[in-house]
Amino acid sequence: MDFLNTLTDNTELFRKGFLGTLALTGSSALIALVLGTLMAAFRVSPVPVLRWIGTTWVTILRNTPLTLLFFASVFAVPKLGLNQLTYFVLAMATLGFYTSAFVCEVVRSGINTVPIGQAEAARSLGLTFSQTLRTVILPQAGRTVIGPIGSVLIALTKNSAIAGGFNVVELFSTQKTLTENANPLFAVFFWIALGYLLITLVLSGIFRGLENRLAVAR
Amino acid sequence: MNDEPLVVLDGVNKHFGALHVLQDIDLTIHRGEVVVVIGPSGSGKSTLCRTINRLETIDSGNITIDGSPLPQEGRALARHRSDVGMVFQSFNLFSHKTVLENVVLGQTLVRGTPRAEAEKKAVALLERVGVGHQAGKHPAQLSGGQQQRVAIARALAMDPKVMLFDEPTSALDPEMINEVLEVMRQLAEEGMTMVVVTHEMGFARSAANRVVFMADGRIVEENTPEAFFTAPRSDRAKDFLSKILHH
Ligand SMILES: Nc1ncnc2c1ncn2[C@@H]1O[C@H](COP(=O)(O)OP(=O)(O)O)[C@@H](O)[C@H]1O
Ligand SMILES: [Mg+2]
Repeated sequence: MDFLNTLTDNTELFRKGFLGTLALTGSSALIALVLGTLMAAFRVSPVPVLRWIGTTWVTILRNTPLTLLFFASVFAVPKLGLNQLTYFVLAMATLGFYTSAFVCEVVRSGINTVPIGQAEAARSLGLTFSQTLRTVILPQAGRTVIGPIGSVLIALTKNSAIAGGFNVVELFSTQKTLTENANPLFAVFFWIALGYLLITLVLSGIFRGLENRLAVAR
Repeated sequence: MNDEPLVVLDGVNKHFGALHVLQDIDLTIHRGEVVVVIGPSGSGKSTLCRTINRLETIDSGNITIDGSPLPQEGRALARHRSDVGMVFQSFNLFSHKTVLENVVLGQTLVRGTPRAEAEKKAVALLERVGVGHQAGKHPAQLSGGQQQRVAIARALAMDPKVMLFDEPTSALDPEMINEVLEVMRQLAEEGMTMVVVTHEMGFARSAANRVVFMADGRIVEENTPEAFFTAPRSDRAKDFLSKILHH
């Protein structure tokens, strides 16, 4: 049967693509979470320069089409003398930076849900800004943030497909080879979509679990 | 109480936009003194308290604590704040932490006290304010009066030089007011320097050395509690007292 053969005859290709997507999504998610949280901290910090950096970062990245960012990093960054970077690294950075802007806004709105009195109490004990953020604000923001962060990471998984258009081996890019090898179009897209669905379902499961865990933990 | 000044506000002015909330405030609080700040809502009492640990900045004037001026920002300010205990109307206990953790946190993070030592002190303080058996609970599981007593213990854990109380009993059900005032009264007896924004006249009469009456961002009148409540001099104070007495 053609439909099933598309998968069974190309397991190695699918495996590579699937792992590529997994690696790309995982690594850029890590960058996005770390950088996004840092930028959120910048945006609420008492230092004007840091606030400006945070705001600028978010404004630029959130308002530029991702495909355009990919163009910029794949074609322009090597011209800046950074030509030893692989396509994978460039894609990882692009996705990570882009997604960090969304993580930042989610974290920032989470911070805003924590009553102002919590920070005032921490500050009046003598905690510094970063101590206040780390031990009092972010743990409380976490509860409201975890759901939306899940959505951002699911979007990231799907956005990672764009990297396939820029010479990165990932799930979506397998369709080129597969269709060239005369596999039925519908089957190709079905199996690829199933691959993405697998990742996003696992992601939503993890985040639902986290959400319940945090809801219980108080 | 002695005559050594601990907190000195000198010509302090503060605006919120066009609103002149603190107008030429001169106020000296001596070591061991208990000062009750009283006045109509919106007169600037909270703002006054909050400038003393720089939760609010000031536009002009000087504030010194134990001889040193309030630093502008950063670590120096944080260190300074740790010497000034603050108790809020709405308790503001860290809701994600246990009662014990609330009292331990500042000690370990700010003072660098070893954890075991900090816990021991926290337990002792919680017992002192009468909530020792609640140490493992989260704030939301406590009554308002218990929460406020934990908040006092949390502030005391830093060994502050002065304690600020901003309407500490205003958010409490009537039957819980006294348990909090009793803790404060004891603190006053032990010689803690205190600034207390409150309308609790019983507390003012029994624990305060001085009453400061504020209206429209100014200190209108200062006197001993007895003299202030029995014979207020200004019309503003007379008017105010007649209103709260007839409630
Ligand atoms: N953060 C703020 N921004 C603007 N106005 C404020 C702020 N905080 C307080 N005010 C105003 O300043 C005045 C004094 O407030 P406050 O010090 O809280 O008075 P009190 O504690 O005596 O009721 C009030 O008119 C209040 O509305
Ligand atoms: Mg007030």
